[in-house]
Amino acid sequence: MRRSGRIATPRTAGLSATVLTGYGLAAVLGGLAVAVFALLLAAGGDAQSAPPYAYIGRVLGFTLWQAFLSTVISLLAAIPMTRALARQAQFPGRMLLLRLCALPMVMPTIVGIFGVVAVYGGSGYLAWAADAAGVDWQPRLYGLAGILIAHVFFNLPLAIRLLLPAFASVPAESWRLAAQLGMGSRDIFRIIEVPLLRQQLPGIAIIIFMLCFTTFAVALTLGGGPRATTLEVAIYQALRFDFDLRLGAMLAILQVIFCAGGAWAVWRAGRQMVLGNTARLVAYRYDGRASLARLADFGVIILGAVFLTLPILALVQRGLAGMVAAASVASLLKATMISLGLGLAGGLTATLVGYLIAQARQRMLSSGQKRGAMLLGLTGRLGLFVSPMVIGMGIFLAATGSIDLYRIAAAGVILLSAVMALPFVLGVLEPALEVAAARHDRLCAALGLTGWNRFCHIDWPTLRRPIATALALSSVIAMGDLGAIALFGNQDMVNLTLLLYGQLGAYRLDGAASTALILLGLALAFYWTIERVVGGRELH
Amino acid sequence: MSYIEIAGLQFTYEDLVMRFDLTVNEGEVMAIIGPSGAGKSTLLALIGGFEAAQAGSIMVGGEDITDLAPDARPVTTLFQDHNLFAHLSVAQNVGLGLHPGLRLSTEDRAAVAWALEQVGLTGFEERLPGQLSGGERQRVAIARCILRKRPVLMLDEAFAALGPALRREMLQLVLGLKDRNGLTVLMVTHDPADAAFAADHTSFIADGKVVMSGATATVLASTHVAIRDYLGT
Repeated sequence: MRRSGRIATPRTAGLSATVLTGYGLAAVLGGLAVAVFALLLAAGGDAQSAPPYAYIGRVLGFTLWQAFLSTVISLLAAIPMTRALARQAQFPGRMLLLRLCALPMVMPTIVGIFGVVAVYGGSGYLAWAADAAGVDWQPRLYGLAGILIAHVFFNLPLAIRLLLPAFASVPAESWRLAAQLGMGSRDIFRIIEVPLLRQQLPGIAIIIFMLCFTTFAVALTLGGGPRATTLEVAIYQALRFDFDLRLGAMLAILQVIFCAGGAWAVWRAGRQMVLGNTARLVAYRYDGRASLARLADFGVIILGAVFLTLPILALVQRGLAGMVAAASVASLLKATMISLGLGLAGGLTATLVGYLIAQARQRMLSSGQKRGAMLLGLTGRLGLFVSPMVIGMGIFLAATGSIDLYRIAAAGVILLSAVMALPFVLGVLEPALEVAAARHDRLCAALGLTGWNRFCHIDWPTLRRPIATALALSSVIAMGDLGAIALFGNQDMVNLTLLLYGQLGAYRLDGAASTALILLGLALAFYWTIERVVGGRELH
Repeated sequence: MSYIEIAGLQFTYEDLVMRFDLTVNEGEVMAIIGPSGAGKSTLLALIGGFEAAQAGSIMVGGEDITDLAPDARPVTTLFQDHNLFAHLSVAQNVGLGLHPGLRLSTEDRAAVAWALEQVGLTGFEERLPGQLSGGERQRVAIARCILRKRPVLMLDEAFAALGPALRREMLQLVLGLKDRNGLTVLMVTHDPADAAFAADHTSFIADGKVVMSGATATVLASTHVAIRDYLGT
């Protein structure tokens, strides 16, 4: 033993079937990524003409600009809102508001986009309100404005959920101390909150920036034309419509470079993002008692709550009202079944692969191979770096040798959505396995509990809940993902996501409303059922 | 009339309804002992103003402080942990006792250095709390208490995490401070030896009530069944 806290194991003990499978899967994923680019560049379109550098530059510029603005606005809104939520630890509806902040994780992106359109679109609430007030003004949603509104709608709750635990991590004694020393609101901001934000914001900013940088559904539906095209959408168009594989690969390589840079920055920021149950973390703050502070806090909270709830309210109201204009029952039912089937298959694939990779990573960590463990975790997060469009195309080229998008459509969607959901599965399982290993490894080693026996009696009962969460999350992500189905889908394989996208594109908003409502209800029910059924009851 | 008079002070935590009556003389050390969950720390939090009492009153030196904000009370509390802000230097942490916004004049800085000297940490100004031992961190917190110049000092198991010898040393430091500045000290402790060493009087608290309060030797030797059960003698 070179270091304490590590278990001496015979060399062969580390090479169980599970671990080998984990290594194998990671190798396949990594190999895939390399092969894809080679294939695409080799297959590549018209080699004579020079690549359209001006176009690439414009797309890259817009992608960076909208991601930057989205991040800045999300954070500028999240800071006062989180501070208000931290200071006002008890008010009716606080719990509900925090639950609402968790919704965008489960809500399919396209559903949220519909909500934004229903509020800010040409025939949305805002236009209606302007009309009622006699103002001659039409909101112009499509373009940069629409992209920013949708991105803030999705990322403001995320930022709050990431920041609130940081506020809650300030020890209760510090607030007592602040009260005892007579620190005012401004002193507390300067002396406690600014240092806290300085420590937390960079990591959160990079995450939001990367999410907005690789945005697909939002830019595709709300971008509205070549002026507002992001990298991911450009890749999609190059691959699916122009069959320009070389341009697709070039754009994708650009994206990999920026994402890798972003990932490196996140890693440098060195923060484990905790997406815990923020509602439980409450510290009593004495500075929130002054009436001025209460007034300001509740003003901010109400503003934020209105911004976050309006799209959902609009979605429900218009969805219910639009049921009569819904697509035919038969096509809705078929789309629902396809959504459920693809979601579950994608989720199961992602969870199984994720479990094996996480297990192998944990073995490496336990035996002190930090570098290898990091590499394994990174490979599993491939979907965060490499455009899913390119991965999808790679799956295709590898499987069929051609780009006949119809032949393996279902398998393509399932595999691709699994790759996309894998980072989230790992995000849930890696920390859970780390805790489990710290708790049980020594005891299991002492008792000689290994392999299947260990899984049945030790790992499954204790890891059941995180596994259920991972499965529920990845299934819902796979179900709501627009990228995979937009790339592989065809008239015979239309799930709710694609149906909704089509209705949005054709401005059939009443029909879209009911589809969106059904998709949201389905996603929530799906998530809830999987978590309950697979997760079982809480262990104490 | 005693210096601190607590009468019918009521507070409910979950199912436990607490009701405290206690008097403390000026310039003495009063130890508060009792089983965990009995309300010892809650009593200090009520006196410190961190929890609001539902009924009853707290008088200090003839003044009713029941409804005052924490910083307006003539008391200062030393917690077991997190007495310092980890990202502020020792000098800044001590300086907070002079100005809660850390706008310190040259005289203030001299006062900080003087307070650090009092606790034996001369020259520690620029260090961060993370670079100090547990005992040194509490010394820094005590230096801040000195600058705050409040007549009542409350120790909420402040030295519980320290070893026996160090704990004795810290208590001695507090006793010296008390004598020089005429402080009244309330200390919650789980070690009867601390009470026997430092306290003139001791109160035994159980189930949210002061069961017995008197000379330390008397309380520790009492035949009261709850006290015997707690001490295990």
